[in-house]
Formats: sequence, C-alpha cells, structure tokens
Amino acid sequence: MRWELDPNPSPGKVALTYGLFLALTLLALGVLFWAYGVSPLKAYGLLLSPLGDSLGLAEVARRTIPLLLIGSGLALAFRVGFFNIGAEGQLLMGAVGAAYVALFLPSGPWTLVLMFLVGGGLGAFWVGMAAWLRVRFGASEILTTLMQNYLAYYLVVYLVAGPWKGQFVFGFLYTDRFPQEAQLPRLGDTLVHGPTLLLGVLAAVALHLLLFRTPLGFEWRVLGENPQVARYLGLKGGQLLLLAGALSGLLSGFAGVGEVAGIHLRLLEPAQISLGYGFTAILAAWLARGRPLLVLLTAPLLGLILAGGDALKLSLSMPFRVVDVVAGLLLLALIGAEAASRHRLVWRR
Amino acid sequence: MEEALLRAVLFGTPILLASLGALLSERAGVVNLGVEGMMALSALAAFAVAQEAGPALGALAGVGVGMFLGLFLGVFTVSLRANQFVAGLAVAALGLGASGLLGKRYEGVPLAHPLPEEGFALLALGLALALHYLLLGSRFGLYLRSVGENPRAADLFGVNVDGVRYGALGLGGGLVGLAGAYLSLAYRPSWTDGMTSGLGWVAIALVILAAWQPLRAVFGAYFFGLLFFLQFRLQGSVPIPSEAFAAMPYLLVILVLSLSGRTRAPKALGVPFERGR
Repeated sequence: MRWELDPNPSPGKVALTYGLFLALTLLALGVLFWAYGVSPLKAYGLLLSPLGDSLGLAEVARRTIPLLLIGSGLALAFRVGFFNIGAEGQLLMGAVGAAYVALFLPSGPWTLVLMFLVGGGLGAFWVGMAAWLRVRFGASEILTTLMQNYLAYYLVVYLVAGPWKGQFVFGFLYTDRFPQEAQLPRLGDTLVHGPTLLLGVLAAVALHLLLFRTPLGFEWRVLGENPQVARYLGLKGGQLLLLAGALSGLLSGFAGVGEVAGIHLRLLEPAQISLGYGFTAILAAWLARGRPLLVLLTAPLLGLILAGGDALKLSLSMPFRVVDVVAGLLLLALIGAEAASRHRLVWRR
Repeated sequence: MEEALLRAVLFGTPILLASLGALLSERAGVVNLGVEGMMALSALAAFAVAQEAGPALGALAGVGVGMFLGLFLGVFTVSLRANQFVAGLAVAALGLGASGLLGKRYEGVPLAHPLPEEGFALLALGLALALHYLLLGSRFGLYLRSVGENPRAADLFGVNVDGVRYGALGLGGGLVGLAGAYLSLAYRPSWTDGMTSGLGWVAIALVILAAWQPLRAVFGAYFFGLLFFLQFRLQGSVPIPSEAFAAMPYLLVILVLSLSGRTRAPKALGVPFERGR
C-alpha cells in the first residue's frame, strides 16, 4: 500500500475530500463542546444563529469589514511569499494612529481622512520593520510579525492604562470618546460602518487587478511562485517583498481605524478592539488561495463564525477562546484537505 | 548571587525543555510552530490529572498529551505533506483555545501536591545531554539528521523518512509536554489561561539561536532565564511601565532572530518529503 502524488485529482474527489475534512472538524469540535459540558447540537445551532435575523446579519457584516480589508492584503502578501502573521498587531497600530489623530490633533472635516492616513501608515510601518529584518538579516517574518502582535498589544494596554487614559472614564481602561468629526457614519442603527465596508470591497477588487493585470503584479507572482527564477530575471526581490508586505500592513491599519472610528469611538483594551480579526483573516486569505477577489466570499463566511462565537459566549458564557478552537480546526481541515486531495492511496508496492 | 543563578535555571527550564522538543523535530526537517499551544494543553492536562490522581501521573499525562499533539501535527506535516508553518500555527491556536475552554473550571484552584522545581531542572539538563548523545552518537540520531538534511538520500539508503519524522515529532512533543507539566505542577502549581505567556515562541527562537545544538540550547535557556529573573527583580523598582517588561520576551525573540537569521539550518527544514519527485 502506498501513498503517492495525484497530480490531477477529479473535481468529485476534491469535493469529497473537503467534505470529509469538514465533517471531521465538526466531529472534533463536537467532542470539545461535549467535554466542556454543552450539547454539541445546541452549540452548532448557536454558531449559525446569526443567519436567522437581520440583527444577526448586521453582526456578521460588522465583522466582515476588518476581515475583508486584512484578508485581501494577506492574500496578496501570501501569494508573493511574505507570510505576514502580524495583521493583529498592524490593526492595533492602525487603531493607535487613529486615536492619536482623533484625540490630540485639532479636528475638522479632514480628521477622518487623516486618521486613515496615519493609522494605515503606522500599520505599514509596523510590518515594514519585519519585512526589512527579513530582507536585511534573513529573520523569518512568520516569527517576527507574530512577536510584533504582542508588542502592539502591550503598547495599547500601556496607552489606555497610562498616558492616554481618559479624563472622564474613572476606573475604566480606555481613552475619552472621539469627537464627532472623528466618527464614521453607520448604516441605520447597526454597527456597520459603511465607508470602511466600501473601502474593503474596493481593496479586494483593486488588489486583484494589481496582481493579475499589471507588470508589477506579474513580477509579484513570479517571485511568489519561484524566487530563483525571479533572481535570474533580475527582479528586485527585496523591494517587491517590502511593497507587498507594506500594502498588507496598510490595509490592516485601515481595519484598525475602522474598528475604533466606526464602532468603539475610543481606544480601549486590545482584546476588545480586535476579537482576533488578524488571525481569522489569515484563514480568509488562505481559503481564497492567493486571489484577493475571492476574499469577498471567504470574509463573510469567517465573519459568521466570529459572530457565532459571540453568540456562544453570550448565551452559554463560554470563553471567547472558542473562536481560536474553531479557527485552528478549520485551518487544519483546510490545509489537510488541500494536501490530501493531491494524493491517492495505491494498493500495491 | 547564588539565588539569582538558581532562579535563572528555574526560569530557563521550561524554555530549555520546549526548545529541545522543537529542536528534535527540526533536526528531522519538520518545523513545529505549535509549541505554545502544545505547552498550554499539556499544562492543563497535567494539572487536571494531578488533581485526580497525583502529580506523578499528572506529569505523565502532560508528556502524553504533548506526544499526541506532536503526532497529530505529524499527520498533517508528514503524511499529508501540508504546509508545515500553517499547520503549526493552527495547532498553536487550537491548543491555546482548547486549553482556555476546557481549563475554565480549574482556574484559581491551587494544586495540593506540587512537584519540586529542582527535580525538573535536573531532568531537563539530563535530557539535554541525552539528546546531544542521541543526535550525534547513535544510529537513530544519524538517521534523524540525514532525514533533516537530505531525505532523498536517506530514503535511498533504506531509512524510513516518514517514520523517523513521526518519531522525532512524538519525542519532541513529549519534551514540549514536559515543559507544560513543569509550568502547572512545579513552577506555578496552578492553572491560568495564558500561563505559557509566550515561552513557546521564545523556545522556537532559541532553537535558531542555539544553531540546532542541544548543548548550546542549555546555555541559551539559562541566559534567557537570567533575563527573566532580572525583569522580575527590576519590575516596580525602576520607573519603567510594567507593560514594557511584559513585552520583553517578544522583543527578545525578534532581536535573536535578526542577529542569527542566517545561521545554517537543517537543509530540508520545512520541506515536505515526497518520494520520487
């Protein structure tokens, strides 16, 4: 019996493999729910409950916004071979930049634009450091960007508990409320901040065109496909990597601006700003297989999981960590199915 | 002074154990980025079993869960030949999430019979020496290194590449599990969500700093331990915010990676082995 490569799997086999791995994921998740002391069926029902009403759908949409922005940037970065795992930290840096503009600069009609510029810029700068360390010193960006998440986390904790702590918030750990000019308009009485949603859709489309319709995109794809060929062609690999990384950081920074200017209206503790968007967006990007346009589909799907995780937390007082479990299992199922469908079992030696 | 050195060794012990575990699988060519999550889940398993059946069985349970997770990662990285980095990160998230979920009921419960920290420290030192001998002086070590350097050649010479990689992941996972057990049974005899506090990532960086040599990992781990000890000592007595101290291990990892980014790694590190390709 041998396990060997199957270069051209049939569509049926691919679908079957993905279905099998998805079923295994649900099974493993069910075992965990059961071990925690909750009926798995009830938990699954709650996980999908946001689909049931317009309020739930608005919750999904609200969570789709950061996933869309970050996910389309990451889809590009992954395609180029820059494994930016630090979107969470870049999002937080974007929130910090936005809060600085909103709280400490004179406000006016330019405030929101300036918030996006400073926040996005900080996000790009943050990942830019990791990209530079990789290009200059060969430090793996997987680990450096991951470590930067923790650095940004503690920076935000320090700011909201220390120098930026609001004057009118008593014991709470957050800044004062942003002025009117620094608040994004929302759709109706939901928490869906429209301009950021639009920005996310535009980002997915623009990056897709950039990647597949321009010379720069061609160079990016060559570099991602085969760095050696890129070197023979005389492409400037370091610059290409830096640019792709910075773009993904810029979009993650935008996502952070959207969260504080559209939902919280102040800078607060990092775990409340983000809900793990940075990590979940990795899934959205990986699911989209390096095609920014496909993130338009995968981001809402993962938005649903985040909203469902929130429902689990609220009605069963389950720790929000449950989202990590769902995300981890889904990611494993995904790469497992992807790899398994490319192989076949052969009954001979 | 003596106290400082002792504390440095005790702080460094979990880093050493976890980093030996990661080192073992990396020498066989498999990156294990799941260390942080594996440690967290092993720590929880060790604590839960220790409450029911005593600390010795608890430690065994920690090692067992670590081995299981190592082999589980192997299903994806060795058999399915999936992307090792993504699979490792997924296991890290899964382990952290599952331990936070299942450990909720143990939060704040003290452990009745903790194990002595010094015992673990000696064990870790012994294991480092044993691993050094295993890698450089035994037939299995030769196979393991050959699988990590040139799996195709090893395969031609009749070495079972996948088997060796599973073995390295299982043994390595056991070491990571022991690190987790040390945290919840001896170092801080209790369970809290997030008690691994980034030590797993430090351990992964230490493998690179130690240039994949077990004996160098010993010195590196104790050096990190000394830094952590100084951090605790200085906290509160100098006008630096506590968040800066909490962020220190992560900054340290970035520094280490930048300073030793181009040391020679095992040649086949991170590359799935596919026969006949």
